[in-house]
Amino acid sequence: MFASSSLMALFKRDLLIAFRNRGELLNPLMFFLMVASLFPLAVTPDPKFLGLIAPGIIWVGALLATLLSLDLMFKSDYDDGSLEQIILQPQPTLLFVLVKTLLHWLMAGLPLTLMAPLLGVMLALPEGGYVPLVLSLLLGTPTLSLLGSIGAGLTVGLKKGGMLMPLLILPLYIPVLIFAASSVQAGIDGNTYTGHLAFLGAYLALMLVLAPVASAAALKISIAR
Amino acid sequence: MWSALKRLYHQLGSPKWFYEITSRWSPWFLWIGTALTLVGVIWGLAFAPADYLQGNSFRIIYIHVPAALLSQSAYIMMAVAGLVGLVWKMKMSFVVGKTIAPIGASLAVIALVTGAIWGKPTWGTWWVWDARLTSMLILLFLYMGVMAIYNAIESEEMANKAAAVLALVGSINIPIIKYSVEWWNTLHQPATITLTKKPTMAPEMFIPLVLTIIGFYCWFAVWVFARTRNEILWRERRTKWVKSLLSMGANR
Amino acid sequence: MSHLDKQKADNALPSLLSGQDLYCERDDRVLFDGLSFDWHKGQIVRISGANGSGKSTLIRILLGLSASYEGQLFFSGRPMKHATYDFRNALLYLGHQVGIKTSLSPEENLNWLCPQANRSEVYQALEKVGLKGFEDVLASGLSAGQQRRVALARLYLEDKTIWILDEPFTAIDKDGVAQLEQRIIEHAQAGGLVILTTHHQLAVDVEEVALGEFTSSVHATKHHETGEAQ
Repeated sequence: MFASSSLMALFKRDLLIAFRNRGELLNPLMFFLMVASLFPLAVTPDPKFLGLIAPGIIWVGALLATLLSLDLMFKSDYDDGSLEQIILQPQPTLLFVLVKTLLHWLMAGLPLTLMAPLLGVMLALPEGGYVPLVLSLLLGTPTLSLLGSIGAGLTVGLKKGGMLMPLLILPLYIPVLIFAASSVQAGIDGNTYTGHLAFLGAYLALMLVLAPVASAAALKISIAR
Repeated sequence: MWSALKRLYHQLGSPKWFYEITSRWSPWFLWIGTALTLVGVIWGLAFAPADYLQGNSFRIIYIHVPAALLSQSAYIMMAVAGLVGLVWKMKMSFVVGKTIAPIGASLAVIALVTGAIWGKPTWGTWWVWDARLTSMLILLFLYMGVMAIYNAIESEEMANKAAAVLALVGSINIPIIKYSVEWWNTLHQPATITLTKKPTMAPEMFIPLVLTIIGFYCWFAVWVFARTRNEILWRERRTKWVKSLLSMGANR
Repeated sequence: MSHLDKQKADNALPSLLSGQDLYCERDDRVLFDGLSFDWHKGQIVRISGANGSGKSTLIRILLGLSASYEGQLFFSGRPMKHATYDFRNALLYLGHQVGIKTSLSPEENLNWLCPQANRSEVYQALEKVGLKGFEDVLASGLSAGQQRRVALARLYLEDKTIWILDEPFTAIDKDGVAQLEQRIIEHAQAGGLVILTTHHQLAVDVEEVALGEFTSSVHATKHHETGEAQ
């Protein structure tokens, strides 16, 4: 009873803060848009070629945009002392981590998912790719947030944490990238992509169990400094 | 049996005991490792028959395969050492984990370089996105992440714990990464020649490979022991036994 | 009345929070060694010592935020390891950073920090810490002292036995200091345990824990001071 009330209170507080600073919510989206528009400029605007690499570009863009926003997951709570208050709650820290991860996904992963079809149009993504693109982002971006929470937890107290994070987290993102991008490709080629989505779902389930444990441990280590 | 294990565990937890026992073990591992590797390499390079497809270039497996195998198992060892340190608060375990990281990373580099050298005559190019090479590259990334943590966090205790958490997360993900890279590879380029075709290998080729693998493991142990012993001496520099050890060395 | 209460509490067994043979070193320097204590309900404990003597370190050890020590901690006679949930349930902690969000108003901040308090309770508490009329001003518009007062309002809102306050008088003006001191004494008289670090002399008898006798080498002091300030 108490547990749910302090978890709810944290959830409400962060939603309110996000609403007050709603301009910041646009940053990952703008980044996503800009990265995607660099490719036609750097390679070629030829729709045939763009359509070929669109799944990869959109997914790499989503991955980098998520990575960029991870830094903020625990940073302000660490700086102003809220993190100590959270860890000192009687309830397990991993529950609070789950709330934080959910908030991160709501503010980064979900908007990116909703925006992806627009980028698909810009990059001449063939028609069959849209449904698997949105579905794979819907299943894949929560995993990115979960894995990212571990990196955010490990680097929260470090001044150079922002640069360190990609080094720690990007290798772990590779399975998501592989299966998600190829599900889009499968959709374009007219093949079934349920297998890919099943893998993404299974990986999400696994990380839903494991990642909060690891990031709660990471936060406790970071705060003991 | 159980009590013997328990005693061994407590002894391993003592830096002094670890230092003394490994100073006795190290020469054995060194000589056995050197003998096995020498026999294996000479056998493999000079006496084993040439591969019917790749000719003599395949002989680089006598370095490539042991390095690659060892690099992978070293990551798991590092993660296990971290787990022991986190759960049972055994400091020696953190020391071992810390010493393994750069060794494992160097082995991954050796595996990648020998793989590239092998790739040149086999595929006509230095680098091909072969499943095993790609996995090896990602393993190197994982090692670099762990080493970056050690560099970034000043407090040694915190660095050890943080690196242990990362190594554990990495080790859970390694099988998933390997699986997805292999799957990705079959999707994009059905490789005509895979680097290690175990079952079709003739025994004359295979036995020297096993010898070098065991030899590399022995060398690895010597390397880990040496680095750990250094670390122990530094950490325990103010204790009586290290001081007396050092003065003995100075008097000799 | 207060005297009687105190005596009753002192005799009550087991003690609320106790430590046995605590040892901690940092940066090659022993901060404390063989530190033991037995704290009961109704006590005010002042941890004192020069900068870098390990006051904050001891606080973090008590809280369970730092594990780099040797020795034993007990809560209500039970080893801390097995009593963490109950201990944290009974704990109110205010640190150097008090967890106030600048993009929220004092009321919204307290809604999170004390989720069980209702609106009128929050308003009353804010009035007591001198923030009447500031309930819905964003905390970014408040001074450092006022922001700390928002956190101090928790002392009127939460029903926790153990208060651990790290430098609670920082950035608080004279009137505020007197009021806070009053609140601390009240809490102890009502059977609470207050543990605090401060250079301020309180008007009542306190249990003193003086750190610093164990610092043998001076060379690391400077380095440590900067570390502690974080």
